[in-house]
Amino acid sequence: MNLLESPPQTGGPTIWEEMRARGVSRRDFIKFCTWMSAYLGLEASGVADVVKALEKKRRLPVVWLHFQECTCCSESFIRSSHPIVADILLDKVSLDYTETLQAAAGFQAEECLHRTMKERRGEYLLMVEGSVPMADEGIYCVIGGRTALDIVQEAADGAKAVVAWGNCACAGCVQAAKPNPTRATPIHKVITGKPIINVQGCPPIGEVMAGVVVHLLAFDRIPQLDALGRPKAFYSRRVHDTCYRRPYYDAGLFVESFDDENARRGFCLYKMGCRGPTTYNSCGVMRWNNGVSYPIQSGHGCIGCSEAGFWDNGPFYQRLASFPGFGIETTADQIGLAVGAATIAGAAAHAVLTNVRKQHEIGEHPGESASLAPPPAVAEPDDQAKE
Amino acid sequence: MTPEASPAALSPAAAAPVFKRVYVWELPVRLYHWLNALCVLVLIVTGLLIAHPPAITSASEASFSYWFGVNRFIHFATAYVFVFNFAFRIYWGFVGNQFSDWRNFLPLRRAQFRQVRAVLRVDVLQTTNKPIDAVGHNALAYFTYFAMFLVFLFQVVSGFAMYASMSQAWFPQLFRWAVPLFGGDYGLRQWHYMAMWFFIVFTIVHVYLVFYHDYVEGHGVMSSMVGGWKFVHPGTLKGNGRSWFPLSPKPPRNDVKPPPR
Repeated sequence: MNLLESPPQTGGPTIWEEMRARGVSRRDFIKFCTWMSAYLGLEASGVADVVKALEKKRRLPVVWLHFQECTCCSESFIRSSHPIVADILLDKVSLDYTETLQAAAGFQAEECLHRTMKERRGEYLLMVEGSVPMADEGIYCVIGGRTALDIVQEAADGAKAVVAWGNCACAGCVQAAKPNPTRATPIHKVITGKPIINVQGCPPIGEVMAGVVVHLLAFDRIPQLDALGRPKAFYSRRVHDTCYRRPYYDAGLFVESFDDENARRGFCLYKMGCRGPTTYNSCGVMRWNNGVSYPIQSGHGCIGCSEAGFWDNGPFYQRLASFPGFGIETTADQIGLAVGAATIAGAAAHAVLTNVRKQHEIGEHPGESASLAPPPAVAEPDDQAKE
Repeated sequence: MTPEASPAALSPAAAAPVFKRVYVWELPVRLYHWLNALCVLVLIVTGLLIAHPPAITSASEASFSYWFGVNRFIHFATAYVFVFNFAFRIYWGFVGNQFSDWRNFLPLRRAQFRQVRAVLRVDVLQTTNKPIDAVGHNALAYFTYFAMFLVFLFQVVSGFAMYASMSQAWFPQLFRWAVPLFGGDYGLRQWHYMAMWFFIVFTIVHVYLVFYHDYVEGHGVMSSMVGGWKFVHPGTLKGNGRSWFPLSPKPPRNDVKPPPR
């Protein structure tokens, strides 16, 4: 999907030139490229492509919008472990508009946004953090007198591609949990006709965000996406598949409660409601905070924050979610057992009824009940005529 | 010993009409049935173990044991047997006798709905004792089996869609499209698990009704899934549009096949 054709290389320093001007050594630059290539899942020869791209390409104009969100995606991004990662977005791409980090305010900020949208039309990347409220004509998120829906649709119109950061922009996250009072809506449902990359997680891992940006910079192309629009390089494996506690799962050794002996031994957290088996993310591989740890390593199950609707799949400490429409704590098992018991009771009652109502039908000798039956052709002679 | 002779000899009412032997369930249908029953049993047991693994307190190394992995393997392997067995049954609906014909399962004809109403009156509400002259299943049972096939299909799709991310094989990949429909693997697992309860409830009702029909009608329903033969009133075989649904041009094979002895 080569949707991101390179803009004409007219003037201005390339990314590498800018880095060098800021004192980044060639060695650090190559290290960074190697590191990013590894995250992107490229083969060793792919490093050269990344190096070449960053040497030749100019800064990428970016508009970063914030709607219904908590800014944890931005926080995650600027705390990604490698210093160049923060640089790459904050300096190397031209971050023309972002409410959180820009110095400009008010009219200046709006002016800046509109200038980028006009002058770099068809070139800039739109990055969105947060969902868009649709209830009551979108009044629950208004910036500069305009609704989020209005802003995002205008900004998306001239964008090359859209990156949806985090669960809010990809699936609505907590504000879209039932009953979703503001009708918080993910970006892919309000924008059509543009390639959209869902970078899932609450927040996404900083290195994953950087990896997506580098991919877009280096290859001018949307990365391979899964069926839910997430880059396959980071979201093709379940947390479960890369979990260091997986051997305990296969051995059937589980933590039964958070304070038991098995928890101390570091057994699998499956029975504590861990969502690892149904969650696609890179936590088990990249981990968080400079690779220090991730929830399961810290003794807590995965809550599935990179999956749509994870707030509604609760409680988090229960392996089977409560079932929609049956009260807060009712699981499939309770419903199934109730229906099963009712079925058995119904069958028993029916058996009693049968013995009462059909006692003359049930013969002790073969042929008896048949002898009571009038031939069917006689019973309903009009049947044949109707056919 | 002819099949006509024996009931009459035993019956106190010697003049009563006798039962006739009809070959209803062909061998492939019977094999399908029992293989399917075995698969469902194995899938329910292994599936419940996956959902609720027993608590094991052990200080041993994880590498000494793999029982949960084996359990999951059995579940997945049985799923393959289940799905191809199911596919075979659908095929047999096109080539088998008229009792296993696919058209019986679809609610297409008025006569079928008439029989559904009759079954509700006779067998469920028991407001009348007029017998239902069905040789294969009755119409309500056929529709129920059709609904069951839809649940089979759902279970196959949802199961293999979840399995696709753990497998390199092409077959599970065919079902990947189902994941977004449920918002992700979690929703898929939830509904896959819920549908398992359908199988349990279905089995309770199914086994009960087999006992019921065998007990009340004496057609030999219970043994028909072993030997293939049912014992029916000769009047039932006249083909009056209610007995069975003679949709296939083939004549009913009542006593065409000689008794084995």
